[in-house]
Amino acid sequence: MMTKEVVIKTEKLTKRFGDFIATNEISFDVYSGEIFGFLGANGAGKTTAMSMLCGLLTPSSGNATVAGYDIYKQTEKIKKNIGYMSQKFSLYEDLTPRENIRFFGGIYGLSDKEIREKSGRLIEQLGLASEADKLVVSLPLGWKQKLAFSVAIIHEPKIVFLDEPTGGVDPVTRRQFWELIYDASDRGITIFVTTHYMDEAEYCNRISMMVDGVIKELDSPANLKEKYKAATMDEVFFELARGAVRKAD
Amino acid sequence: MKQFLSFISKEFHHVFRDRKTLLLLFGMPVAQIVLFGFALTNEIKNSKIVICDYSKDAVTQKIIEKIEASNYFEIEKSLKSDKEIESAFKAGDIKLAIIFPSQFQQDIMRGTGTKIQIVADASDPNTATTLTNYASGIIRDYQSENGGMLPMTIGTNPRMIYNPELKGSTNFVPGVMALVLMLICVLMTSASIVREKENGTMEILLVSPMNPMLVIISKAIPYFILSLINLVVILLLSVFLLDMEIKGSLLLLFAESALLIITALCLGLLISNSTNSQQSAMIISLMGLLLPTMMFTGFMFPLENMPRPLQIISNLVPSKWYYIIVKNVMIKGLGFSYIWKETLVLVAMTMVLLLLSFKNFKIRLA
Repeated sequence: MMTKEVVIKTEKLTKRFGDFIATNEISFDVYSGEIFGFLGANGAGKTTAMSMLCGLLTPSSGNATVAGYDIYKQTEKIKKNIGYMSQKFSLYEDLTPRENIRFFGGIYGLSDKEIREKSGRLIEQLGLASEADKLVVSLPLGWKQKLAFSVAIIHEPKIVFLDEPTGGVDPVTRRQFWELIYDASDRGITIFVTTHYMDEAEYCNRISMMVDGVIKELDSPANLKEKYKAATMDEVFFELARGAVRKAD
Repeated sequence: MKQFLSFISKEFHHVFRDRKTLLLLFGMPVAQIVLFGFALTNEIKNSKIVICDYSKDAVTQKIIEKIEASNYFEIEKSLKSDKEIESAFKAGDIKLAIIFPSQFQQDIMRGTGTKIQIVADASDPNTATTLTNYASGIIRDYQSENGGMLPMTIGTNPRMIYNPELKGSTNFVPGVMALVLMLICVLMTSASIVREKENGTMEILLVSPMNPMLVIISKAIPYFILSLINLVVILLLSVFLLDMEIKGSLLLLFAESALLIITALCLGLLISNSTNSQQSAMIISLMGLLLPTMMFTGFMFPLENMPRPLQIISNLVPSKWYYIIVKNVMIKGLGFSYIWKETLVLVAMTMVLLLLSFKNFKIRLA
């Protein structure tokens, strides 16, 4: 990586729901500008970990900083510096793409001029010109997700969290989606992405593999494949996840 | 401020895109005004009345005893002069005043004829008519019992005050106002907040730098504005369609309505905290509110007739207090000094609801 500035740092971050330990003392660093893949089977604890970093869940124990701010005390500052795209498709379907952009630009405090410029550019970039004033509900899923991603980074955050952004999308659209991610990464936005598509893992600079609430591996895809003498990430994952107890969320 | 305005304009988009909700929002008051045009008659018991006896002789004494012995009336007090009647009506829940002219007994015995005057509070016309009939009936009874003794018949001269034409609308318009404001506000706010949870957009909003309290306030504002518009629609309908007169201060009426709207918005917020699906939010709002509001507000079924426990429960229904306020302001034309107690009750209810819902509102998901 170009710089080694740490933007996310977790130390023994733990979340318990009653007796169930969703994430168990996970520690990792994410560096500025990298695409950090957060991998694991369903129920491994990916979403829980991400929610804690975004300020949606309070950790049970452990420490973490996001963009240099403490996740217990400085959530307001964190929120200004991150973007977030959830598992569920999360734009307003009864608004048009243009209205969605205007709304999210507005709540992130962008000026009217910035919003106008941004929405013009985004709509052009996504090829949405003919759909810009139709309701989002009528768009195909792939477009919705590309739009949701663009909206999530509309305020040029330091870090963007993507929770399984490409669920249910065909490979071609997924490829296009990753081009958007690379674009954002080139602009210096750190990408923190969870996925269970192993081909997507190959696109990341570094990946962490979570199994049953703990991080089993953390390295670049190339190093991991070498370590496990595997041809694809699929095999690496299979090797690691074999011992998993939890089956689903 | 910018965040706030973006949010409010977004909420208005939601409302105007959703045709069904719009229809509900503005169709309901119109439908109800038309529906409740047919008011219900009911028997009324133990109504408080005042007596003004200028004669104080054996006959008036007998009649008063007879009135008191009936199930229908309870004599609150005796007045020295009919000048006190007006203030008695305004001060308490007096339904009827009965006035005996001086030299009542002599006039009857002499055969010149005499009349008892009955004054009824007709802001609730059904009650007024029924009570007047009861009173006249009791007096007629007394006559037939003593038929041989009395050379002349006693006439009754009922007078309806506050609503001389006995328009039913005066009674149900405040009721419809209470019902519509309650239902619309609670239903709309709870459904719109829960919808964000259901769609996953609440998560996005919570991750955004927007203050969660601001999220809630900006959600409430469009419904607040729409409810005021709704109120205007109801008032216009009552004035121009039902020929109803608004006697009191319009400003006071709107201020009190705004208070009820805020109470209802808080209730909606509380409901939205306790559920995660739009459907259950709607069901809770409808089941939990429609029936109690209809039953306990007092415009469909007289509260005086209900068993004591139900009367106590009715005190918990915000619309009951609002109904009293609106009746006093709109129909009787009374000022704030007559409704400050009811206003205080509503304010207290709002505070409690607000406290409860802010306490329960989760800034984080867990």
